[in-house]
Amino acid sequence: MSIAAKKRVFASPASLTDNKFHFCPGCHHGLVHRLAAETIDYYDLSSKAIGVIGVGCGVFLYDYLAIDCCESPHGRAPAVATGIKRSNPDSFVVTYQGDGDLAAIGTSEIIHAANRQESITIIFVNNSVYGMTGGQMAPTTLPGQKTTTTPAGRQPVGDGYPINVAELISTLKGTAFAARVACHSHTHIRTARKAMRRAFQAQIEKRGLGLIELLSACPTNWRMTPQQSVRRLEAEMINTFPLGTYKDF
Amino acid sequence: MGRVAVKEERCKGCGYCLEVCKEGNLYLDSTRRNRSGYSVATFSEDKVCSGCALCAEICPDVALEVYR
Ligand SMILES: Cc1ncc(C[n+]2csc(CCOP(=O)(O)OP(=O)(O)O)c2C)c(N)n1
Ligand code: SF4
Repeated sequence: MSIAAKKRVFASPASLTDNKFHFCPGCHHGLVHRLAAETIDYYDLSSKAIGVIGVGCGVFLYDYLAIDCCESPHGRAPAVATGIKRSNPDSFVVTYQGDGDLAAIGTSEIIHAANRQESITIIFVNNSVYGMTGGQMAPTTLPGQKTTTTPAGRQPVGDGYPINVAELISTLKGTAFAARVACHSHTHIRTARKAMRRAFQAQIEKRGLGLIELLSACPTNWRMTPQQSVRRLEAEMINTFPLGTYKDF
Repeated sequence: MGRVAVKEERCKGCGYCLEVCKEGNLYLDSTRRNRSGYSVATFSEDKVCSGCALCAEICPDVALEVYR
């Protein structure tokens, strides 16, 4: 049977543009972009969604999502999102941030936005390094993990322990939803899709801040093949960053 | 029977789809490269595809469309 006679069962979501992703082979940023676009379509938010982009490899989100977007200074996306949402209460505001962005330079902004019960959604990509700048240690780097700034491996005493963002944010009263999911297998991707919907739903129902943390591979800065990197994610990252829903309204 | 259409210019040859397809319907064609220089995932026409779409689900570059 020719392809024209068949039914299309999987296609690019409408809110994703046709632009080719600039990410490295095997990087999960593209997958997270797709899940965001699917969720925007699911809730029919394309005309009222405003993306607020952090600094990192996700910085070109505006090329890929067919929604209005605003760049923010490094780490400040939750503060910029606060201003946008408060001045446009009918808009749907979603930030897209990496772990260097959200958990290092932007730690203050995310904690206080959650604590103020801002009605915004946070998509947080945790790949355990600063990707864009060449693989420096992030607060989410695993103990012993070699990075360009911890060539002998991260030593918790002195370099700090990994920060578990989803758990931390879930302890704040203003947080409506906080969950951690992973991107490396189709079963994990399905769970991630459901969690992404809940993080959006929190804002739609005006319950407070919704955060989804996605464990993601950065094969380039982990110095691994895509296949090695997904195995590392499964074998090492999940032990330090347990998957689960830590707050659900 | 299912069928997978590869958007070759989007593919970066990461190989995630090869691992997830139980039928082994996808392979990297090392004799061809796209404009970015990557060997791209290629669908074997002569095998059985259920159209489960796991390959498209796992693709981080949204390079696959699945028909059934
Ligand atoms: C104020 C400021 N300080 C430092 C930088 C340099 N910088 C660009 S991206 C980045 C880290 C990004 O890492 P992450 O948020 O983990 O995103 P990834 O690239 O891994 O997706 C840094 C430190 C900057 N752009 N602005
Ligand atoms: S450097 Fe890492 S996070 Fe950035 S695009 Fe490449 S794999 Fe992705």
